[in-house]
Amino acid sequence: MLERYLTAASTYAHSIDHLFILIALVVGFWLIAAEGMMFALVFKFRAKDGRPTQYITGEEPQLKRWISIPHYIIIVCDIVILAGAVMVWYNIKQVLPPADVTVRVIGQQWAWSFQQPGPDGVLDTADDIRTVGELHVMVNTTYRFELLSRDVVHSFAVPAFRLKQDALPGRTITGWFRPNRVGTYDIQCTQMCGIGHAMMAGRIVVETPQDHAAWLLRNTDPPVAVEQAPAVSPAMGDSLAAMAAVRR
Amino acid sequence: MNAHVEHAEAEIFQKYFWSTDHKVIAMQYLFTGMAMALIGGFFAYVFRMQLGFPNQHVPGYGLVTPGRYNALVTMHGSIMIFWVAMPVLIAAFGNFLIPLMVGCDDMAFPRINRLSYQIFLLSALVLLSSFLVKGGPFGGAWTAYPPLSAVGSYNLTPIGATLWLVAVALEFVAFLLGGINFTVTTMNSRAPGMKMYDIPLVIWMIVLASVIFMASVGPLVAGAIMLLFDQTVSTGFFDPSRGGDPLLWQHLFWFFGHPEVYVVLLPAMGIVAEVLTVFARKKMFGYKTVLYTTWAVGFLSFVVWAHHQFVAGIDPRMANIFSVTTLLISVPVTEMVFLYIATLYGGSIHLDTPMLWALAFIAEFMIGGVTGIFLGSSGTDIYLHDTYFIIAHFHYTFVPIAIIAVFAGITFWYPKMFGRMLNETLGKIHFWGTVAAFNVIFIPLFITGTAGDQRRVYSYAQFAELSRPALQHLRTTSTIALLVMLSFQFVFLFNFFWSLRSGKPAGTNPWRSTTLEWTVPSPPPHGNFAVLPTVYRGPYEYGVPGRADDFFPQNVPD
Repeated sequence: MLERYLTAASTYAHSIDHLFILIALVVGFWLIAAEGMMFALVFKFRAKDGRPTQYITGEEPQLKRWISIPHYIIIVCDIVILAGAVMVWYNIKQVLPPADVTVRVIGQQWAWSFQQPGPDGVLDTADDIRTVGELHVMVNTTYRFELLSRDVVHSFAVPAFRLKQDALPGRTITGWFRPNRVGTYDIQCTQMCGIGHAMMAGRIVVETPQDHAAWLLRNTDPPVAVEQAPAVSPAMGDSLAAMAAVRR
Repeated sequence: MNAHVEHAEAEIFQKYFWSTDHKVIAMQYLFTGMAMALIGGFFAYVFRMQLGFPNQHVPGYGLVTPGRYNALVTMHGSIMIFWVAMPVLIAAFGNFLIPLMVGCDDMAFPRINRLSYQIFLLSALVLLSSFLVKGGPFGGAWTAYPPLSAVGSYNLTPIGATLWLVAVALEFVAFLLGGINFTVTTMNSRAPGMKMYDIPLVIWMIVLASVIFMASVGPLVAGAIMLLFDQTVSTGFFDPSRGGDPLLWQHLFWFFGHPEVYVVLLPAMGIVAEVLTVFARKKMFGYKTVLYTTWAVGFLSFVVWAHHQFVAGIDPRMANIFSVTTLLISVPVTEMVFLYIATLYGGSIHLDTPMLWALAFIAEFMIGGVTGIFLGSSGTDIYLHDTYFIIAHFHYTFVPIAIIAVFAGITFWYPKMFGRMLNETLGKIHFWGTVAAFNVIFIPLFITGTAGDQRRVYSYAQFAELSRPALQHLRTTSTIALLVMLSFQFVFLFNFFWSLRSGKPAGTNPWRSTTLEWTVPSPPPHGNFAVLPTVYRGPYEYGVPGRADDFFPQNVPD
């Protein structure tokens, strides 16, 4: 259902989509039932001459049943939805599967920047690759991210992955994703972060192992480029410069 | 200038601006709230124009820059919640109805009541004054998360941010004073014979809303002062580099912010209960059960706040607990809505304008209710959090509350407030125009939210997935529907002011209702009751077997 509107490109995207459909079916049924009941009653009991209103207190057992039985069924529905919600949540947010690669995601007014290990596969070494606005990842690889903010609260969101996590100044929040579909997807900031909020866009590029290896190679040549110029896309660079100008 | 004119001027001032009469104060709140609603509605028009027709000159405003856009959405949210929903639903209806419906001459503390309005007016003026200061009004969202709200170089509106905070804090003071009054008056000043279970539901709900408000607002007042210190005297309560914690604000804010939803919901439910029973000519189905579910909702509303923070960086295990409590609250709310629907059974339903609004409230609020399940479920909230899905969801709760139920209340009590009937044809035109357009505004936004549109963004140009024409068509549809909905409000304004002079005289009890406010002249004189009434029965005795009339007023002896 969600995929009609937006690609699903991570392993857990489908579990969120399925939960969405489960909830839609359950609450959709009750919504239609309740709205239908209401309109039927309005039609059936519209004012007519010579038909007096009935005196009903709501204590009559045979009438109360019409409320209490649906109500018990709703409690069961709630439990079903909860079980689904907790299961999905647990798998996405509470467990950290063993990571193949760890990357660092840094939010600041108003750009996302990324730090990922170079050929040595270890973060915080001299060959780390730093980029702004673009994160290159390899398909079918489990990534752990360490999320930081340099200034205000941001939120790291990749709709195609169904991934969203706020970035807080002063702490490092870990999470994970495993892209399973090659392509380029949007990164959003979904927490109000100032006048450049709408400009705080990024791209996540999911590549085949060959393409990713080639990209890694491109970005580590010349070898040991510590203070390498970040790979800023022209559009991104313009908007950043504009933002910086506005900020004085 | 002779002394006589001066005296008359003093009298007008005394009567309309310095009065302690609960009805005058109610009107002050009502008209201030309506004026603020026009401002908040205008802001919605401006930023929806930017979203529907990006980067074009908005008629009556000009170009919407990112900074202005942020300020507009922040002010729209703040104004609609704090300066429209609360003053109209709680203060205007509470002040007008409580003494009239419990059968006393005025509020328990009339001068505190006057002070409450004055502080409220001051808070509104402080808020509006932020449009005049350097940098303009605050633009960091109505939730004002620090460090953005705390640091001027982050939000670029240092003065506006402080004025916003001061205005909100003053508004809380006004409603604390009002809440004390509502609670004490209802508990102590009831007419002889009016037992706890004889109190009309709308009064119960306004009182419970006041209690919830007073119990939840304390932490946020403290938080507001801490944030004010962070802004102005460089403390570091929410600054991590000095040992503070930005998440603390989020907890303080939402500990109030979620109960606040029920603070405005309950009076709306109460208004709908009154209208529903009168126009269905029916006793409320399970009066006591409605009351018990209200208490349950009120209690549960204190333990759900962190569902606003599932992905905010709280301990992920906490999300499970708050998912459970959040879905739990659906149990009493569903019960309440079912009882309202059941009240229609066996009635004799008259579809006058107030009843149309009341039925529309139930029909639309149910959509708001069920879409909340998607967001209360932690799993789906990961994706839907901060998208237009949640915007559509809470507008399906707040529009029924602050617009639809308010219109139900105004059209229902207008004859009592002003002694004249509203025009029924204009009322129905206004109703259908508003409700139909409302759905066309927000159903497209459920879809754009599901497709990934995030909130508080003035342009989607930077996002390849979101700048597709199909999504832009939906945004434009929503904007056009908003224009339609707003233009139908002029029908209401015309009807409201035209009927003040030219409406049909209402008489004492035009709707043939049972509660005490309908036993006094319209509009009620100062002091309300010529002889203070005695109450003999509950509020919803319609169709009592063996009586010639189909209604049995509360004050008529057996």
